[in-house]
Amino acid sequence: MIFKQPKKYIRSHEPVFWGLFGAGGMLTAFLTPIMILLTGLLIPLGIIEPEALNYEKLHSFTSSWYGAAIILIIVALPLWHTLHRIFHSLHDLGVQRGRSWQQVICYGFAFAVSVFVFTLLLQILTM
Amino acid sequence: MSKRRPYNRELSSDWWLKDIFYSQYMLREGSSIFITLYSLILAWGVFRLSQGEVAFNAWMEALQHPLSILFHLIALAFALYHSITWFSLAPKAVDLWIKGKRLNEKIIILTHYIAFVFVSIFCLFIIIS
Amino acid sequence: MSKKLTPSEKRLEIEILRYHPEQDEEPYLQQFEIPYTTDMTILEALQFIKDHLDSTVSFRWSCRMAICGSCGLMVNGVPKLGCKAFLRDYYPNKITLEALANFPIERDLVVVMDDFINKLEEIKPYLIPEKEPQFLTKGTYQQTPEQLEKFKQYSMCINCGLCYSACPQYALDNKFIGPAALALIARYNRDSRDAGSAERMKIVNQEVGVWGCTFVGYCSVVCPKGVDPAAAIQLLKVESSKDYLIGMFKP
Repeated sequence: MIFKQPKKYIRSHEPVFWGLFGAGGMLTAFLTPIMILLTGLLIPLGIIEPEALNYEKLHSFTSSWYGAAIILIIVALPLWHTLHRIFHSLHDLGVQRGRSWQQVICYGFAFAVSVFVFTLLLQILTM
Repeated sequence: MSKRRPYNRELSSDWWLKDIFYSQYMLREGSSIFITLYSLILAWGVFRLSQGEVAFNAWMEALQHPLSILFHLIALAFALYHSITWFSLAPKAVDLWIKGKRLNEKIIILTHYIAFVFVSIFCLFIIIS
Repeated sequence: MSKKLTPSEKRLEIEILRYHPEQDEEPYLQQFEIPYTTDMTILEALQFIKDHLDSTVSFRWSCRMAICGSCGLMVNGVPKLGCKAFLRDYYPNKITLEALANFPIERDLVVVMDDFINKLEEIKPYLIPEKEPQFLTKGTYQQTPEQLEKFKQYSMCINCGLCYSACPQYALDNKFIGPAALALIARYNRDSRDAGSAERMKIVNQEVGVWGCTFVGYCSVVCPKGVDPAAAIQLLKVESSKDYLIGMFKP
């Protein structure tokens, strides 16, 4: 009988990214279509009064901590979803070189934009 | 001597164009490119908001550009495609059991669509009011 | 089958990807023409070709009733069981038959399945009892219909390999454990009589375990037995995430 050395299994850290991917995907599925329709089409085309999204209104909303939190989630969370998909799509398209660098760039991008928006919101909040 | 010589077929990098099912999958993954760009537009909006009223209004005006409208139309189509695929796959991740039977797939999907309509109307209401 | 060709019969063109390792550098397509009847399966068409047209055509088959899982092949690029696919669904168009995708071709329509079988073995596809098994005097292990329902559909797998040939992730990287093996893990981990979850979760938690899947979902579409590997994988992703969280608090 051949004695087989017990195989060593390495745990993946994917659950962290998958969790963010899932949360972002859920948010995107429910919220992004109506958001695009409002901010990108109905308001710019004047079908809804541009006053609906004026500076005063948005600034006062962002000046509350819960408003800032909502904006942060709406803007940044979808990126953790999309960059996760882009990272895996690169593999699907056969881009095999530098997988760990691809990972750093993809999730690093989502992280950088999240920090960028977080800093701006903090700035508005403490203004 | 063994005459065995198993032949490995190469996977071409355009494998996802060879079957409609794979193409739809890639389209679903591709939606993320447009949603990323949309998020960046919003992030830019937050940046302009922090710079004051003049800057923010310039951002609002830029959104009226025909290219911006065209982009948002395409992005909306992709975002809806994401929603549809997300909802249709949702039952596979739900492990809810009622009286010894797994919750019906159609009920789970329908619940998602009802919530989707509710969220959309809610957002519309908030903006208009 | 002693059927003779008569000119009045309806005919159908079939193309088969041939490969003889002892003489061919690479596979090539060969055309055949067979008489067509509405009740004929792809497997019967292959048997007709072997009996009447070219006895060198190689393919695997056994039960002819979709339970042995031997006759998997690509029909016009879609993984099917030869015995469960009917000519009438393709007639009068030409049918192209190829060996199951994503597996090496041994000869003609026969593939090398060693990797697939090894993966099925690796996941310990048997009930692992608790440390101290129940004494016989206490009776047999009992299970309610509800407990059975939790894993029943995953136990319907016949190891035909169609899901592997439908999976682009397996095609891209065959270290990925794959749909059938993961569905089989769900089958045992969800069984109330089994206590081997912890051992199998080590396989699930790897990069090439459940995390090799990007939810293409084609595996569940091609399965000839109604097993839903994509759902099994989603449920295992949730389990693996829970396992990850627990692992963070007690290393």
